[in-house]
Amino acid sequence: MKKIIISLLFITVLSIFLFAQTSKPSVENGKKLYEQYCLTCHQADGSGVPKMNPPLIKTSYVSGDKKKLIQWVLRGSVENVLIDGKTYSNNMPSQAYLKDEEIADILTYIRSSFGNKASAVTPTDVKNLRAVTKLD
Amino acid sequence: MPSFFVLMAIANQSCARSANDSTSTTKNDTTAKASLVKPDADNAGLKLPQGFGALKVTDGLGEARHLAVTPQGDIYVKLSSLKNGKGIYFLHDANGDGKIDTKTSFGSYTGTGMFIKNGYLYASSDKEVFRYKLDANNKVTNPDKPEKIVTGLLSRGEHEAKAITLDNDGNLYVNIGAYSNICQQKDRVKGSPGMKPCPILDSAGGIWQFNADKLNQTYGDDTHYATGLRNVVGLDWNTATNSLFVMQHGRDQLQDYTDLFSQKEAVELPAECLYELHKGSNCGWPYIYYDPIQHKKILCPEYGGDGKKTGGEDAQDPVYAFPAHMAPNGLLFYTGNMFPEKYKNGAFIAFHGSWNRSPQPQKGYFVAFLPFKDGKPSGEWEIFADNFAGEENVQPGTAKHRPCGLAQGPDGSLYVSDDSGGTIYRIIYTGK
Repeated sequence: MKKIIISLLFITVLSIFLFAQTSKPSVENGKKLYEQYCLTCHQADGSGVPKMNPPLIKTSYVSGDKKKLIQWVLRGSVENVLIDGKTYSNNMPSQAYLKDEEIADILTYIRSSFGNKASAVTPTDVKNLRAVTKLD
Repeated sequence: MPSFFVLMAIANQSCARSANDSTSTTKNDTTAKASLVKPDADNAGLKLPQGFGALKVTDGLGEARHLAVTPQGDIYVKLSSLKNGKGIYFLHDANGDGKIDTKTSFGSYTGTGMFIKNGYLYASSDKEVFRYKLDANNKVTNPDKPEKIVTGLLSRGEHEAKAITLDNDGNLYVNIGAYSNICQQKDRVKGSPGMKPCPILDSAGGIWQFNADKLNQTYGDDTHYATGLRNVVGLDWNTATNSLFVMQHGRDQLQDYTDLFSQKEAVELPAECLYELHKGSNCGWPYIYYDPIQHKKILCPEYGGDGKKTGGEDAQDPVYAFPAHMAPNGLLFYTGNMFPEKYKNGAFIAFHGSWNRSPQPQKGYFVAFLPFKDGKPSGEWEIFADNFAGEENVQPGTAKHRPCGLAQGPDGSLYVSDDSGGTIYRIIYTGK
């Protein structure tokens, strides 16, 4: 009986652990996707390119309001953007073709890397904003 | 007394980038000064060929873009970000040791272009070209009231810098960069097709020629001098050929928009090209890029290309092809007498440094040299001044210095501006 209880407990803990793993945004997957879709412009260390492509380090638009950040990724940009007093000129293509989970993984990776310590972004966050964001 | 005035007039009319023809007025002066000018113990952090040395003339200027040196050795620098509310620095070395003793500033606009010609300092914002009357000592007489030579030029973010140069016949050449990578329907969006004809080309993506002495010119008053150039920041009038040479910033991100190339192949495409322009020149952007390995004009994938199909039959070939993505921001044909014979009439190119070679190692962040003979390249390019970035794995966001503008001093020194650390370098030949 004791063995059965221990086994059941073990299975419960394991399934909670596994469930948590699958529902939580994956930083590891985010890194892989970042390298595929974001790295050329924003660089491997997130330091960006002065005046052209914004850095992702210590910047209000990455570590601040995640709604703004999600919308940015969905919509991209077609004109100069002013971030923390500096102007960046290269247009960012819309990344709306990525799945909610993929965007959540990428943004969670960015918000917890390069010295950033901001909260995770969930697929639900992305889904909710995608529903209200006007795309060109 | 009359001869004094003649000499002053010569000084006033000389071009600051090739102060060669004006040394008569300042010869004694500059010879005396040159002897006091010594390289810094660490050559200002630069790696140079044997016999050359460098000194940090000044630093902390912010985003120092292009610069011009007067026959008296004073320096004007254009800034792309205001410093204390001003966009142009005037730098003066009072004791002749080559180090700047006084800095003053004027002009409340940002920009890139800075050039001295015929008694005027020309300066560009991202939409206009201004000029300031210079006195006999090449000091600006009207810092708050420049004349507006050109106005109303397109500036839509990307490739906004209006680089300028002048010829010897009263013409001003202005780069108007394309506000796009490759003229896709949606800029930089993977799979978005290229537009043919490209609607950008009527008012950007080329070089426009204006009258250097006429006020308030805009589109329509100009001559559309050359087309099919994505973006030009480094340009210079070559007095040996009497023609305009430009360095184009080649297209970005072939690796991101197509699956035709491996990452390693894509970062080597396309070449950064040197073109010699004449009225009516077409260099082929956006439909083609120049492949430095196949030595061919290749149709861009956005226009149906596959990495092999050629195109641009109506477009001219480059004079020379440099490795990809190094971002040429300064071009100068050397006419001085200080450097060894090999450098005479050759081209110096300031490569600002790449970003879209990542995650492969970046390239550039140096000043290159290309030898010329009889108006044509006469050998292969080489790195002339290196180590501006001051780091091993160079990244555009962390590079300490990025070479941007080039100018020649009256004694033949080569000046380099840096828009990352705001340093002005002076490279001299000592023979040691």
